[in-house]
Amino acid sequence: MTDATSQSGPMLAADGTPLKKSLARALRMQKTRALMLIAPLLVFVLVSFIFPIGKMLFKSVENDIVVETLPLTVAELQNWDAESGALPDEALYAAFVTDMVVAIEAKRHTRLGTRLNYEYTGMSSLFRKSGRKIKKLDPATDGPFKEQLIDIDKKWGDVTTWAVIKTHSVKITNGYFLNAVDMQRTPEGAQTQPEDKRILIKLFQRTLFMSLMITVSCILLGYPVAWLLANLPARTANILMILVLLPFWTSLLVRTSAWKVMLQQQGVINEVLVWIGLVADDARLVMINNQFGTIVAMTHILLPFMILPMYSVMQTIQPTYLRAAKSMGATNWTAFWRVYFPLSVPGIGAGSILVFILAIGYYITPEIVGGTKGVFISNRIAYHISSSLNWGLAAALGTILLGVVLLLYWCYDKIVGIDNVKLG
Amino acid sequence: MKTKLTALAVTTALVAPAAMAQEMTIVSWGGAYTASQKNAYHDPYTAKTGVTIINDDSSAEGISKLRAMKEANNLTWDLVDLEAADAMRACDEGLAIEVDHDELLAAAPDGTSASDDFGDMIVSDCFIPQIVFSTTFGYRTDLLPEGKEAPAGACQAFDLENYPGKRGLNKRPIANMEWALLCDGVAYEDVYDALETAEGQARAFAKLDTIKDETIWWSSAAEAIQLLADGEVFMSSTYNGRLFSAIVEQEQPIGMAWDWQMFDLDGWVIPAGLSDERLAQVKDYVFFATDTQRLADQAAYISYGPARASSAPLVGKHATLGIDMGPHMPTDPNNAENTFVNNYEWWADNRDDLDAKFQAWLAK
Repeated sequence: MTDATSQSGPMLAADGTPLKKSLARALRMQKTRALMLIAPLLVFVLVSFIFPIGKMLFKSVENDIVVETLPLTVAELQNWDAESGALPDEALYAAFVTDMVVAIEAKRHTRLGTRLNYEYTGMSSLFRKSGRKIKKLDPATDGPFKEQLIDIDKKWGDVTTWAVIKTHSVKITNGYFLNAVDMQRTPEGAQTQPEDKRILIKLFQRTLFMSLMITVSCILLGYPVAWLLANLPARTANILMILVLLPFWTSLLVRTSAWKVMLQQQGVINEVLVWIGLVADDARLVMINNQFGTIVAMTHILLPFMILPMYSVMQTIQPTYLRAAKSMGATNWTAFWRVYFPLSVPGIGAGSILVFILAIGYYITPEIVGGTKGVFISNRIAYHISSSLNWGLAAALGTILLGVVLLLYWCYDKIVGIDNVKLG
Repeated sequence: MKTKLTALAVTTALVAPAAMAQEMTIVSWGGAYTASQKNAYHDPYTAKTGVTIINDDSSAEGISKLRAMKEANNLTWDLVDLEAADAMRACDEGLAIEVDHDELLAAAPDGTSASDDFGDMIVSDCFIPQIVFSTTFGYRTDLLPEGKEAPAGACQAFDLENYPGKRGLNKRPIANMEWALLCDGVAYEDVYDALETAEGQARAFAKLDTIKDETIWWSSAAEAIQLLADGEVFMSSTYNGRLFSAIVEQEQPIGMAWDWQMFDLDGWVIPAGLSDERLAQVKDYVFFATDTQRLADQAAYISYGPARASSAPLVGKHATLGIDMGPHMPTDPNNAENTFVNNYEWWADNRDDLDAKFQAWLAK
């Protein structure tokens, strides 16, 4: 004691360096070694996952195509007041022709037309058709251009055309996000879409509602199966386990098509019901191409993701707890509800998160069995990725979906606690 | 050791460029359609030049994959088969190259230039037409109400009184909107003008409303055939080639209803960004595969009409079944009393807008 206090400097290690420093160094080396071990995985995830997804999500706000294709025009447009109702002056038309001649050379004008057509119908052919004629103009000698352009297509004499270009000339836009929630970017600010084009919010709501329904049906159907799996003798449990896993190993498309064969009006279930006389031949049940079909097919497809986590949690629950409860006078129900069920909740939690998150992004099953009332937001995302090529809107929808999932995860953490989730 | 290395270097130098030119990846739709191309184009070309052709059945995602390849700067396709509307989009997006049809393609045997021989089929500067197909109706012959005539075409799909039962329609506005107006009495010339107005659109949706409850909406052509084959629907729209194989090759109790069939085109686009060597190879293939005889040959395997006027007289019998293909072609005069041609330019403009409205209408 006296020895330690009498020392004036810091505590030293055996080699003479201060102990604090050498401890820190040892810790740092340990951390570096650990980091090096996970480095391959980290780099892999960064390169093949985080980076591309980040790039894709960035597309939801990226909008430099207008400025890059028409730099002079965009600069001129700043001097023009769209609300005045008057057409822009000759300087703008001249700038536009100069920009277009360069853009046509690089074949970029039709891309711009496609981009603006997402916002205002008719822009696609306006740019394509006008391009063929503007190509022949020389910006240096052929002016003035205002009359010539309006001759080429009268839409160049329409204030709306220029207002649309001006509205969408910002480099970073909120336009796609507005579109994703059934609104649009207009010269007067954000406005809701006309009623006959509102569809996406409805689809978001439907996706959430149906994913919830699917999760609940998975819990109801999966719980007894998981309980059986955990409590039957090993030999029987193994056979049951194979039955649970068998559909898991079958192609998704095959399983979905099988449901079609089962549920359609000329399908197995309806045939049997008509045959035994429960249903009249001309009043066959409609069980597919609607929400019911989607919920049934997806519940079946996602059931293993619910059963497996539940099973692995239930396996760790000692049967002696139940016996102890009963020996103290509990009925079967009380023993289950007060002892067994609370212990199995982490399994339900893990299964629900898995099933819900998988369900919310499902695409192929709703497309095949969902008809018109059973499709999800992901079907629209797929349409915009592969058909309309409106990747900006697809990215905005994807970002919102990701945000919703993260928000729900956060709520779940607050209410149930994520530490309470176990996969086994 | 040294000689071995030199030998190796020499062989690689000799083999490498040749090997690259010996292979081509051609993208198409798969199934019976790719098979018909393989029989009519690929196999004869391989026999003639020794170039191996790899088939990739990705045309359904053709434009999105082309765009992804362009962004990743890694083009693995040499030639892509697309519908005309998609070809136009690929052209606008700069994903396909513009071609000079007279320079690239063979003239007809009588000397007519390629652009005259293909005529109106060249709907975009990037598009090399190949076949004419049509979206039309098939109906179950065994579900036909007694004493009724067979449905003639699209308008009977709206006639629930005489032809009760479910209908199958494609889950997109193209064709459905036109049929709704045509069958509601709008003259053919006025259809697209009407569709451009809010009243015209409302009229089309009102007509579709009359059969909405009785309609099952399909999204892939195979689904439509399945609906017909299982008797889930009385009649359904789908591609005429699919109906042909269901009727003739699989002998299903299905009949054709040709009236107001919608003509559509399918053909090649050459992706932008090929190396000079690959481009030369592709051009050589396209010259071969789109000449008059080759286009006529394809019709022996599938009931789609050749896009060249000069190929039509050469269309003969089915390669294995031996039946005359003429009467099964969408362009046969008996089938083509009332037809309409998809207006690509109009749809390129209005597709985004109308599709949103159509989906909102479906969800109502």
